[in-house]
Amino acid sequence: MPFDSLSDFLHMGGYAFYVWLAYGVTFGSLGILVIQSMGQKRKVLTEIAKKIQREEHLKENRSNK
Amino acid sequence: MWKWLHSYADPERAYNLSGKLLPWFAMLAIALIGIGSVWGLAFAPTDYQQGDSYRIIFIHVPAASMSMAAYMGMATSAFIGLVWQIKSADWAAAAIAPIGAVITFIALLTGATWGKPMWGTWWVWDARLTAELVLLFLYLGVIALYASFEDKVLAARAAGILAIVGVINIPIIKYSVEWWSSLHQPSTIRITGQSTMPTEMLYPLLINILGFGLMIGAITLIRFRSEVLARNSMRPWVRTLAKAQGVK
Amino acid sequence: MKKGISFRQAFYTLLKRDLQIAIRHKGDIFNPLLFFILIVTLFPLAIGPEPQILSRIAPGIIWVAALLASMLSLERLFKADYVDGSLEQMLLSPQPLPLMVLAKVLAHWLLTGVPLILVAPLLAVLLHLDSNSYGALMATLALGTPVLSLLGAIGVALTVGLHKGGVLLSLLILPLYIPVLIFATTAIDAAGFNLPYDGHLAIIAAMLVGSLTLAPFAIGASLRVSTN
Repeated sequence: MPFDSLSDFLHMGGYAFYVWLAYGVTFGSLGILVIQSMGQKRKVLTEIAKKIQREEHLKENRSNK
Repeated sequence: MWKWLHSYADPERAYNLSGKLLPWFAMLAIALIGIGSVWGLAFAPTDYQQGDSYRIIFIHVPAASMSMAAYMGMATSAFIGLVWQIKSADWAAAAIAPIGAVITFIALLTGATWGKPMWGTWWVWDARLTAELVLLFLYLGVIALYASFEDKVLAARAAGILAIVGVINIPIIKYSVEWWSSLHQPSTIRITGQSTMPTEMLYPLLINILGFGLMIGAITLIRFRSEVLARNSMRPWVRTLAKAQGVK
Repeated sequence: MKKGISFRQAFYTLLKRDLQIAIRHKGDIFNPLLFFILIVTLFPLAIGPEPQILSRIAPGIIWVAALLASMLSLERLFKADYVDGSLEQMLLSPQPLPLMVLAKVLAHWLLTGVPLILVAPLLAVLLHLDSNSYGALMATLALGTPVLSLLGAIGVALTVGLHKGGVLLSLLILPLYIPVLIFATTAIDAAGFNLPYDGHLAIIAAMLVGSLTLAPFAIGASLRVSTN
């Protein structure tokens, strides 16, 4: 193992800023992408459900007349 | 011989199959990227020339290689969709495009953060960087074209044609950019010394490349599933799914 | 035996029709040309009038301006036909679509590419281009601008049904223009140093042949997608 301690590890031999920036941006943007992709499905389903509800409302109102 | 494959062109079966595959892809991807990154960051030996800054390689190289592979995947499924008129393939292509763009962006950004300590500058007009930048533009073009059509069936086909045209152009662009930079630039920059890599560095790299590939697969499956739902909103099976979800 | 008109007749009819229409609306020919000249004029004003700098960057300026001018003029390639319905007639006609598309692109190139090539040496004088480079400039423009028209037509065909074409079009086709730009400008540079540049020309010619054979099919497929 090339690092002696945790602070040594975080220091990254003087390149801490670049290494952690690279890893941070990578996993940050991947995380956003995953969350956005997972939210997509729920959004689509709620939209369809809303549409169905609207259609049912319409049908009820029409039969009431 | 390929008959069994055709039954998966049916949206419902494709949706269910991708749902079954998703957990495997996701778990394997998380495990592999976790192992590869921790190994690369904490346990791989320090490079005697570049110090610890070389540890960016463990995400930079997977992202860069997968950015090209994702484009090939997108163009292949677009081609299948176009030739055999399989809509599921079109949707898969539409699902891959944003993922590829993000991966390409990551490859460029990690390249920049690696270039700054090594070459002293965030950006050089190096052949590989330039080709990667053009690839990002190609992705953005596909996404923009897909977004600007109201009718998503047409949008997927138009974006598919563009993806295929782009694929013919990628080798030409790559070759021309390489040739261009060899003319315009003194060849002082080598991204990695071509020396053979010790296995302690190679293994985490390979693990991460595999992990990134599986992760792209997993996110593609997630996006593909919602794409299928959105395009089939009038089908009964989607409506029952939507009713189960309910309106919040 | 033969029904209707032959392929060659159809090709020439469409070519003649497009040329006639353009000659009646002269703005279609002159506006892209004026745009090209204006862009080139802006550079000395922005960078400064030193002949050394200008002659160094002249090939790049002329080619980037040509790229933008060709892209802007392309936007109108299918628009009018799409709006008045004659594009749909073309799609329904028994003649092969790639052939018809080729006629339209050729007409477009004759109307915008050729004037651009003719004006280019004049602008090169304004930019103090190396006197060795004129031949290379003309040759690369002659071989390169048809490639621009053909590749650009794919993007135009994809966006013809959309209301917001302009910016999207540039995002779609400018990345595809990069190889032509690279080889053309390096050829002109090489000529400036008295180096042989026939290799570069051969590559641009190869791109021309490749796009001439493949692009009409892509344009045809795109038109079918974006008009239904």
